[in-house]
Amino acid sequence: MKKLLAFALVLMTLVSFTTLPALAEEPLQLTMYFPVNVGGDAAKLIDQMTADFNAENPDVQVQAVYTGNYDDTVTAIQTAIQGGNAPDLFVSLATQRFTMADTKMAMPLDDLIAADPEGQAFVDDFIDGFMLDSYVDGSIYSIPFQRSTMVMFYNKDAFEEVGLDPEAPPTTWDEMVEYAQKLTNENRYGVGIALNSGSAQWAFTGFSLQNCTNGVGLMSADGKEVYFNTPENIEALQLWLDLQNKYMCMAPGIVQWTDLPTQFLAGEVAMIYHTTGNLTNIRNNATFDFGVCFLPAGRQWGAPTGGGNFYITNGISEERQKAAWEFIKFCCSTERAAQWSIDTGYVATRESCYETQLLKDYYADFPQALVAYEQLPYAQPELTTYSAAEMWRILNDNIQAAVTGEMTAAEALEAAQQQGDDLLFDYQ
Amino acid sequence: MNRISTAAERRRKEVLTAWGLIAPALIIMLIFTVYPVFRSVYLSLTKYRMGMEAPEFIAFDNFARLFRNATFWKVMRNTAVFALYTVIPSMVLGLALAMLVNRKGRHIGFIRTSYFYPSVMPMIAIASVWMFIYMARNGLFDQIMIAVGVGPLNVLSDKDTVLPAMAVMYVWREAGYLMVFFLSGLQSINADVLEAASIDGATGWRTFRHITLPLLAPTTLFVSTIAFTNCFKLADHVIIMTEGAPNNASTLLLYYIYQQGFTNMNYGVSSALTVIMLVLLLVVSMPRFFSQDRKIHYA
Repeated sequence: MKKLLAFALVLMTLVSFTTLPALAEEPLQLTMYFPVNVGGDAAKLIDQMTADFNAENPDVQVQAVYTGNYDDTVTAIQTAIQGGNAPDLFVSLATQRFTMADTKMAMPLDDLIAADPEGQAFVDDFIDGFMLDSYVDGSIYSIPFQRSTMVMFYNKDAFEEVGLDPEAPPTTWDEMVEYAQKLTNENRYGVGIALNSGSAQWAFTGFSLQNCTNGVGLMSADGKEVYFNTPENIEALQLWLDLQNKYMCMAPGIVQWTDLPTQFLAGEVAMIYHTTGNLTNIRNNATFDFGVCFLPAGRQWGAPTGGGNFYITNGISEERQKAAWEFIKFCCSTERAAQWSIDTGYVATRESCYETQLLKDYYADFPQALVAYEQLPYAQPELTTYSAAEMWRILNDNIQAAVTGEMTAAEALEAAQQQGDDLLFDYQ
Repeated sequence: MNRISTAAERRRKEVLTAWGLIAPALIIMLIFTVYPVFRSVYLSLTKYRMGMEAPEFIAFDNFARLFRNATFWKVMRNTAVFALYTVIPSMVLGLALAMLVNRKGRHIGFIRTSYFYPSVMPMIAIASVWMFIYMARNGLFDQIMIAVGVGPLNVLSDKDTVLPAMAVMYVWREAGYLMVFFLSGLQSINADVLEAASIDGATGWRTFRHITLPLLAPTTLFVSTIAFTNCFKLADHVIIMTEGAPNNASTLLLYYIYQQGFTNMNYGVSSALTVIMLVLLLVVSMPRFFSQDRKIHYA
């Protein structure tokens, strides 16, 4: 009986779903899926943002749905699309753009930009380093939103303790190795990089950029080729292995992304490679004087960008596309983008943000936050290709194989190259 | 004549009632179990990824590719090793716990509940807690290792220790669950048999070895099926603790299916893996199915 009842209920709900659109006429209801990948209040801030938008635009009501981390969100969107009730827009990694275009989950935004009199000016105002990874085959697929980059956090007290100048952080790989060795003792490692799946490829993009003077890096701009096994990249991976095994100044094995700041705050690692998104956390919890600096240069400066962009779902009505575009513009308005940066620690995405009094005051009070912005001219998108998630996995797995001693640096990147070529074969 | 038709009518009515009663459960099972199984089998024979209009029939290509793929074999090896590490230990521990609590006493209810408790907690919560235990350097386990002079091991990041570390956690959780089955098995053993044995002078180990264990055989077979199938149906803790790191040393079959289906959006391959999983589950439940009434002593 209970089951029968449950079944009847399910049936009734299904029926009511199919009749729902007929009943609801206005205002236009939009749904947005968004992930939160940093601690704390980001979800609350997004709710506030949508509430503000809804108050200003009574004919459009946006409902923001929190859908876990970045991976969970992609899964949620995918499931929703398959189930025929896709969200109208969503926030996903900038680096998912090839996949989003290829799987037809997201639509190109060129027509919306062209139709909007302010469209081109709006797009041009975004910082080049961030806008770089919005393009697929010359079309814009996404708008930068919660963007980050990698910086180095270092413990000034520890620097002082071993006789290093706390105002002169390492600027090259050689200095980084030298300082890290000095900073290492039985209770502390000199340097830390998170090597778990999903983090290793981000840090490695930075080391690759720092070492590749020919501008080749890890992949081609069209996302159809990878260059893992170049001598420069092998050298970069070898440096990681040497930090662990030769210089003994980095913890052996794999340190988790989320553990690294904790270890830094506990004084167990003196310098860490981490996201600007952790700035507020470290500022609030450090019991010692800390500094933020550029990632030490190899042959040149270099850092990976990361983080999430707005996408509009493919196949929704024109009316909905327009409303979604308005919402994106609202969230990325100069003032809001500046405030979002202050509240979260993400890097403000538009040039005009840096003219606002809001950000000027913030940087005057907290100069460490400015480092990320100053480093942006040297920053480039992290590894991304078609079938991005699989490609990350390939690079991560093989880096881990090298770190755990199963393979040498050259063997690991050779294997990654082979698997990467296989994966991209269909797209070339 | 009249009587016969009434009997036939009654019979028809009976059949209809029976079907009516089965229908709700049957319909749900057809929709949520039978249909997905057939759909998976069909998709396993196709090339189908997110963004494709329709599945493309490719016969056994997915399987052929998997069988050539080193990662697939690594995952199968991990799954087998994980079963080896967990099935027998959790059964032995479950039986030991059941023996321990198979008596009357003032606090026995509380003790039984405590042993059973881990298995009612969601795997995600357990994995999160154990992640703190296994955390590099600052975790409980590494702190103990440092205190006894071994130094931090960071077990989750080493390809040789990550599966055993997860197995310990899983055995801790599963033993209490299996205990319940053993406990009911123990309590169904006739007290007369045990009494007769003790009059004959059998004690301790001998009673256990020659009376308890044989009489428990049906329970043991049942429990072993449960233990095997359960340990194949695990993915949550891998997602929480390692995401398969390092280099897929902790990737288990179900997590691999999830990864292919939901991260890589490759439905053909993930369906092929699902079919392999189905076959595997069928194989491990075979012994129970066939030896139902043979060799096993039902008390």
